[in-house]
Order: sequence, then C-alpha cells, then structure tokens
Amino acid sequence: MSDAQTQIPVTVLTGYLGAGKTTLLNRILSENHGKRYAVIVNEFGEIGIDNDLIVESDEEIYEMNNGCVCCTVRGDLIRVVEGLMRRPGRFDAIVVETTGLADPVPVAQTFFMDDDVRSKTKLDAVVALVDAKHLPLRLKDSKEAEDQIAFADVVVLNKTDLVTPEELEKVEATIRAINPAARIHRTQRAGVALGEVLDRGAFDLSRALENDPHFLEAHDHDHDHDHDHHDRDGHDHHHHHDHASDIHDVTVKSVSLRGGEMDPKKFFPWIEKVTQMEGPNILRLKGIIALKGDDDRYVLQGVHMILEGDHQRAWKDGEKHESRLVFIGRDLDADRLRKSFEACQVA
Amino acid sequence: MPTVAPLDLEGHCVAAVFLNDVPHFALADGAIHRLDNGHKTVRANDGLLAAFHDAANDRLITGGEDGKVFAVKAGGEVSELASAGRKWVTSVTAGPQGAIAYASGKNAFVRFADGKTKEFTHPRSVEGLAFSPKGMRFGVARYNGATLHFPAAEGKPVELEWAGAHTGITFSPDGAFLVTTMQENALHGWKLADGKHMRMSGYPGKVKSLSWSVKGKWLASSGAPAAIVWPFSAKDGPMGKAPLELGTRGNTMVTCVACHPSQDVVAIGYEDGMVIAARFADAKEVLLRRPGKGAITAMMWDKEERRIVFGSAAGDCGVIDITA
Repeated sequence: MSDAQTQIPVTVLTGYLGAGKTTLLNRILSENHGKRYAVIVNEFGEIGIDNDLIVESDEEIYEMNNGCVCCTVRGDLIRVVEGLMRRPGRFDAIVVETTGLADPVPVAQTFFMDDDVRSKTKLDAVVALVDAKHLPLRLKDSKEAEDQIAFADVVVLNKTDLVTPEELEKVEATIRAINPAARIHRTQRAGVALGEVLDRGAFDLSRALENDPHFLEAHDHDHDHDHDHHDRDGHDHHHHHDHASDIHDVTVKSVSLRGGEMDPKKFFPWIEKVTQMEGPNILRLKGIIALKGDDDRYVLQGVHMILEGDHQRAWKDGEKHESRLVFIGRDLDADRLRKSFEACQVA
Repeated sequence: MPTVAPLDLEGHCVAAVFLNDVPHFALADGAIHRLDNGHKTVRANDGLLAAFHDAANDRLITGGEDGKVFAVKAGGEVSELASAGRKWVTSVTAGPQGAIAYASGKNAFVRFADGKTKEFTHPRSVEGLAFSPKGMRFGVARYNGATLHFPAAEGKPVELEWAGAHTGITFSPDGAFLVTTMQENALHGWKLADGKHMRMSGYPGKVKSLSWSVKGKWLASSGAPAAIVWPFSAKDGPMGKAPLELGTRGNTMVTCVACHPSQDVVAIGYEDGMVIAARFADAKEVLLRRPGKGAITAMMWDKEERRIVFGSAAGDCGVIDITA
C-alpha cells in the first residue's frame, strides 16, 4: 500500500502554444511561495530560469499491451518520475508541462496505471490554459483543445484583455459547455493566484468534491461563484446539463445525473459496466453516491476505464442523502445513462 | 555463517560493484563511495541515473541528469567520457574493444575506445542499451520492440518487433538470445538466429533486475515474490518450459538478482532489504542478510566468489562475506 505521506503531488499543465503556460511556469518557478517544484517540460524553450530541476523529456505515448486503446501512459514520465524520486528531498511537488497539441489523458493515466509512479506520486490536478482570443479558432481546427478543457479540473482563461466583454462571455460559456465541473479563472498574463492551480487535490477522493462545494447543489448553478464578475445578467440561468451543445464546434458533452439512495448491489455492477463499455468515450467522471444502509458518502472518480471509489465522510445530520454523477465525454447516450442510473435507486 | 559489513549511506544506491576487488557504491546524487582502507568518496554525475559495470576494463560507466557519461575506476579515478547536452543520459552500457554506449532521448551514441562517437537516432525514445558479447553489435530497447545496430559497419539496423514498451535489454552470454524487460509485467525474448519469439509473462510486478547464470544456462529475474529463473540451455531457450521459482516469500517481492560467477546459485535481494542465496539444483536457501531499511537495488559477486556487495533504495549498503 502506498503511503500518502510520502506521495509527491503532480500538477499537469496543458494548453495550446501561446496560451500562457510558460508565463505560468515561470511564476511557479520564481515566486516566493515557499515550495520547490521539479518541472518536466517538452522543451526548455523560453523558460528563462536556470534550475537543475527543470527536466526536458520527449513526450512518449505508450499503449498498454492489453488490447485497450484508451489505456495509454507517458513512457517518458515513468522514467523521469522514477529518476526524480530517487532524490525526493530536492522538491515538494512536480509540474508536468505538456505540448500544445497533447492529449492530457495519457499523462493523467500514468499516475494511475504505473505501480511505481503511483506509489511515489499522486496526481493533484489538471490545469488547462486557454487563450481567450484564439479558443474559438482552436476548437474549429482541433480535437485536442477541446479535450484539454474537457479533462481539466481548473481552466485558466487567459488573455482576457484581448477580447471584448461579449467575446469573453461567449468563450466562457463554451468552456462551461464542454466542462461544467471545472473551475474557471479569468486572467491576464496568467495572473492567477498560484494556490488556485497548485495543491488542489482534485484527484484525491477525500478532497476532490469538497473543493467544489456546489457539486451537489441545484442544477441551474453554473459554478462561476469564484469569479469577480457578477454583472452577467442572464448568464446564471443557463442549463448546461445534458445538452448537445448549441455551441458550434463542440463535440464533448457532459451528462449530469441525480438520484436518491442507490442499491449497492445494483449500482456497482452498473458503474463497472458503464466504464467498461463506454470507457473510451468517457474523459472524466465524478460522483457522490448515497448508498442504502451506508452512513458514509461514497465518492467516485474515473478516467476512461479507470474507476476509483472510496468512502469519504459520514453524511451530516440533516444532509439530504442524494446521489450525483457527472460524465464528461463524447457520444454519451444521456437518456440511457439516466434511465439505467435511476434503475439502481432503492425501490 | 555469513557476516555483513554495513555501510550506511544517504540515498538511493544505483550500482554496487567491485572494482579491483574494492567495493564501490554509486548513489543517485552522483557520489561514488568505496571501502578502500576506510570510507572514501568521489563525485561522478550531478544526478546519477544509470550505471553499468564494464567487467573487461574493470570500471563503472555512469550516466545522469547532467547529460554526461563518466568512467569510474578503482582508486577513485573519475573521467568524463561524453556529454550529450541538456537532456538526461538515461542508459549506459559497455561493449567489446573499450566501446561504450549511452542514450539520451531518442538518440543512442556509441563511443569507441579512440574517442570517436557515432550517433543513432530512433523514432521513439531509447529505453535500454546492451552490447552483444560477440562482434561490434548493440541492441536498443524501444517502444514496440528492439533495434540491433552494427556500429563498426555501415548499413541498416535489424528491427525486432513485438507490441508494447520495452524498457531494458540484455544479450545472453553466447549472443544467441536477446531478452527485454517490458512496461507490462513480462519479459520478451528473441532467438536471434531465426527471430523466434519467447514470451515470459505471469509476473505480478515489473521486472527490473536480470542476471545470466554461468555460461548463460539460466536467466534469473526479479518482479515476483520469488526469483524467477528461466532455463536457456535448450536451443529454443525457455519455450515450453516452466521457470524455477527460488526463495519464495509471502510478504515481499524480489527486487534484485545476481547469479554466482561459477555455480548455479543466485543471490536474491528483496523489497524489505533481505538477501539470500539459493541453489538451482535443490532450491536450498541460505540467509545472507536480514531485512534492512530499503529495497535491494544492486548486487555483485567478487572474483573470489566469497563476497557480495549490495546497495539499497534507502542507502543501507554493505558487503556480505559468505565464508566468514
């Protein structure tokens, strides 16, 4: 069993060329936050900081030899993390910067599928940097830009000074349509508080959904509570759930399910089957499940076919025993998922 | 009763070797410690990632985070052999006629004894390197197989294909077989004469340590609660044969194996730091070292077949004297 005390947190930074990754990295490396970061980059590029702990590594996607096309890992990361972790006293956390066109999934899966990596490190969060001006164009010409947003826990919507307020609203609505669960931060020159991108615990089952206190809230909340933009009349009432997006060029959608107490004998076989059958289409899934006869909240998260779940904490007095599950992916049959999910409820 | 002379160091031991019969310990921080009338230390790489014992020249070749390759000789003589730039040197090996090879990213380099260097670029990362014991030939472990180069001659390399990520590589001592470790919990082998495949799977963990027994009759491996020892004396290697399982323990894994120089005996190091020796013929075991602080990462027998030098992931290293 891995010892959570010694697992080093890993933040994955995605985003297109020019979105501001290097600016954010430079801040992480130079600001006085009392922590030391090892940074794994594809090219030293424009990081103007001389630091022994910046490691250049060629992105190397390995398909696992198990016949599953979505079971991919970053082979180079396995090696680099192993090397870094032989001298763990040098740094407190690791940041992995991916190339602009990178698929974030193999990076994330490396931290679940490789036993050595998993025993020494833990994925903290996937942060996507998005260029407010160029996102619409990126979404037109690539699937990766959409994947990066869909997969993110935190989206840094950067370069907001280059667009009009109306354009910004539209871009943010697009991001929200792709990923209703991510936190969005509007920034200029990647000026987000580092605490909002580092040490998030987004993949930590005991913390993941606590970071998102509104996860269990009403449907029509669009999660934008942490912004200083409250002047967006009419925007807080969109229902972004379960819809085939009305926004052009978006192929990812989310399916939000809500129900009462679940029968564990029905729910677990169902979720296993869904992730087995629909795994290639599921980018992320997150959920809090109320199980019949269980005093604890059961939390779930998944990446493609990888599914993790654990008891999180006791239901509080007066807390409604409600189950909630969000899928983000492609070609998801919302009606079928909803019906089969609801069929797992206690009769 | 075997005795252990401990050497408690700080950090992960990458290699533990005898150079001129003196125990040397190469640590991940690049310090090379030796027990030579007292504890002495020299420095090689700034961040040591890979090391290979070049038996023919009685030296240790090291590569590291600083992109450099060093040769360490007995007496603490450290010389820089090559510099590959800003990327890590992740694998090193040594071959015939004083040649060495090292890997950095997608490139493998062969440096001949005269200092001339030849570069071999691959479409994917070079994961492991090994020279064939015969002729000037070396193998590269890579994604979906292995590549054989003939650095002394011009011409195309030989590509050996097998789906999956191959992370380490070794030739049998007679040069007849090539075996790779894989990202999945398995070994793969090729009989080089006809390219026949050998699948060696069923390990519960990744195989990180391999050792050929005397004359290459057996290949011992880590990655299981026992040392898995495959028979290679038949012309088709281990195909259709079951391996030996030596030193089975219920609560820990084998992390390092080192075959005896002349007898069918293997030293087995475990995750909890224990070391035993086991005989192939009757599976008889002798305890050599009780569990310690970290997993055994490196071992080597001396020429007199009397001592074993070992290192661990936690730095509790030492020398076992089996005759004492």
